[in-house]
Amino acid sequence: MTTRNDKKEVETTGHSWDGIEEYNNPLPRWWVWVFYATIVWGLWYTVAYPAWPGIKSATAGYLGFSTRGQVEEQIDAVNASNADVIAALETADLATLSEDDALHGFAVNMGSSVFKANCVQCHGSGAAGAKGYPALIDDDWIWGGRIDEIAWTVRNGIRNESSWDARGYGGVMPSFADTFSDEEIVATVAYVRAISGQDADAALAEEGAVLFADNCASCHGDAGTGSLMNTRAFEDPEYVVADGEMTGAPNLTDAIWLYGGSEEAITETLIEGRAGVMPAWGIEYRPGFGLTDAEINAVAAYVHQLGGGQ
Amino acid sequence: MGILDHHKVLEKNATLLLIGALGVVTIGGIVEIAPLFYLENTIEDVEGVRPYSPLELAGREIYIREGCYVCHSQMIRPMRDEVERYGMYSLAAESQYDHPFQWGSKRTGPDLARVGGRYSDEWHVDHLTDPQSVVPESVMPKYGFLLDRELEPTYIGDLMATHSVVGVPYTEEMLDNAVADFEVQVDPDGDWDGLLERYPNAVVSNFDGQDAVTEMDALIAYLQMLGTLVDFSTFEPDASR
Repeated sequence: MTTRNDKKEVETTGHSWDGIEEYNNPLPRWWVWVFYATIVWGLWYTVAYPAWPGIKSATAGYLGFSTRGQVEEQIDAVNASNADVIAALETADLATLSEDDALHGFAVNMGSSVFKANCVQCHGSGAAGAKGYPALIDDDWIWGGRIDEIAWTVRNGIRNESSWDARGYGGVMPSFADTFSDEEIVATVAYVRAISGQDADAALAEEGAVLFADNCASCHGDAGTGSLMNTRAFEDPEYVVADGEMTGAPNLTDAIWLYGGSEEAITETLIEGRAGVMPAWGIEYRPGFGLTDAEINAVAAYVHQLGGGQ
Repeated sequence: MGILDHHKVLEKNATLLLIGALGVVTIGGIVEIAPLFYLENTIEDVEGVRPYSPLELAGREIYIREGCYVCHSQMIRPMRDEVERYGMYSLAAESQYDHPFQWGSKRTGPDLARVGGRYSDEWHVDHLTDPQSVVPESVMPKYGFLLDRELEPTYIGDLMATHSVVGVPYTEEMLDNAVADFEVQVDPDGDWDGLLERYPNAVVSNFDGQDAVTEMDALIAYLQMLGTLVDFSTFEPDASR
């Protein structure tokens, strides 16, 4: 077998143990120089970046690097590149936002990211909702489906402790376990199923109609079509909803159910009551990790164009 | 005799080599680790950070017992993508009373360092009971049994005393009121003024909606305070840290 060592005379290390000698093959020159270069680079690095500890602080490094500084710089750079459009979005008139194609397109895309990071855990990645968490893709709105109403709901949330302007503060679906007898609950359930076009015992439903008018109509409306927020406010954009009108009581006459429209589900709702909570997302309520004005407008624009916006 | 010849002495004596190696590693350790304990810019005092309330501490124990840390980290790194996804990066001070800490980079589930207040208590109950009911694509296991496991504050005082041994500044007053504070945090109708005075920003709520104090209550109490203690509207990050 031929190796490179055979081609030339190789010196030995000069050691000899019991007649066994050791070749001295030095490391390649290039390798040695790279090794020296890494030592020099390492020394430079400790001067350029924070490194050597002292009594009270460590050397800061002449490049002035810090991870906090870097992340701030990166975020500032992105914000600066979007500064114009963000400023426009912050002050945009939400009612006419969709007329400005460029701004609206930006808002929807930005809102989509905000939605994915913050909203999908409850409302679902396709915004289809889950039991107790409303779908945002239909035109059935509990707290208003105009874009400014959506933005308000996002900022202040629903029945939370953080925002004084939260929707439905104090207004809940009470438990009727103590008010109604078992028979009365069955009758009311039958009536609710009847007005939503489902199978129900007609005699029971008739009995339930009286109970509904006395106990439920004040929030859900005489016809069960939900609170004022669901009807009048939408027909008249100028309409200002007064205190106490926004009960957020869902429309019970359609096929869209927040907690389910089966007999079991409606019975459970009547017995246990319901009071869905949505956190307030405005950055004023959660400094450091809430949503900015631009983000709120963006996510409102995104939700508004999902299909049910009014 | 050159310096390399002196080195032969070390190479030929195992005990000396061991002592010598220990010496070298010790110097490395002193230079690299020791400064972190005294340098002013590595220990940052941040307003608002407080020890865990008794119920939160019990919830934290359940979090650890159930191995939540295997899939969830509690550390938002100072990188743009993380800050935009989870919020303000984590400060060292925010986990200063954590024994053990919950940092990590293994994220099968999302980071939880700022999960407090993001979702309602009901959502946490729904989600822990059946994660797929609210997040269909989730691979998280179900923890509904926590609802059935009542939690007695029998050892909560001992647990807090143990934490104070390793440096958590629980006062005598906190230790004396451990059981009362534990119970009142799930009772919005109770007298929780003292609790809030001792543990500012603690969330008082009947977290799981049941009368009894359960492990679910404790765990949600813990989750709902994560990352909420520091007021970032007034916090000024020091760039040198």
